[in-house]
Amino acid sequence: MPSALINVPKQAKRGEIVEIKTLMSHIMETGYRRTATGELIPRDIITSFSCRYNGVEIFRADLFPAIAANPFITFFTVATESGKFDFEWIGDKGFSEAASAAIVVE
Amino acid sequence: MRKSNNSTRRRFLGIAGSAAVAGAVPLVTLRPAEATPETLAAAIRNVVGGAVVRTGKVKLDIPPLVENGNTVPMTVSVASPMTADDHVKSIHVFNEKNPQPNIANFYLGPQAGRAQISTRIRLADSQKIVAIARLSDDSFWSATVDVVVTLAACTEEVL
Repeated sequence: MPSALINVPKQAKRGEIVEIKTLMSHIMETGYRRTATGELIPRDIITSFSCRYNGVEIFRADLFPAIAANPFITFFTVATESGKFDFEWIGDKGFSEAASAAIVVE
Repeated sequence: MRKSNNSTRRRFLGIAGSAAVAGAVPLVTLRPAEATPETLAAAIRNVVGGAVVRTGKVKLDIPPLVENGNTVPMTVSVASPMTADDHVKSIHVFNEKNPQPNIANFYLGPQAGRAQISTRIRLADSQKIVAIARLSDDSFWSATVDVVVTLAACTEEVL
């Protein structure tokens, strides 16, 4: 069961730079490991992460197998107005998860 | 002093030898091709094209000595005012010896306020990590860090 952890400040002053921390539970199977019988374990990773702030994309990342399991990504943004952050993770085998967080800007 | 490289090789040969003697199940010896300095250069070329990559502005924070390559914290920050005229467009991180040269690409813009990202990565071997930032004037800046990894990630694991 995939689950996301999002850490966004609940409140910020207008123009303040806020840090956004995200963590999505995912195995991030590299596709380079083998089983004891020598078969390759197929790749199963999150390939794309994006964040929209009130509908506008503010951050995007392409991920590769070199990202550790349970991808943890942090970045910054300027708090311009109250609203919502929408996060989206897309990956192999049809993986698609979304989460959101609200912020109040004074 | 004997190098640790050498001793793992000896240990491996020992295991392989005993397996051969026992005539047992063939040991998994195939390892996927590693990224080489050439594939690293090619991956960088894919991003920068023919542009010159200068050293500076980028700061790559990663522990120089890593015990477990499966999860290595990494922070990339770029000295930039992050204004509409002068900001970081993207940050690209590469490695030298994982099976693939790419680690991640991050796309940001002036709305970020601060050009800094953190994540956790995997390292299959002691190697060089390169972070390259593309600025709004399409210049490229880089930082390189050498990391020593004692327990490698992914490739050597067998379930």
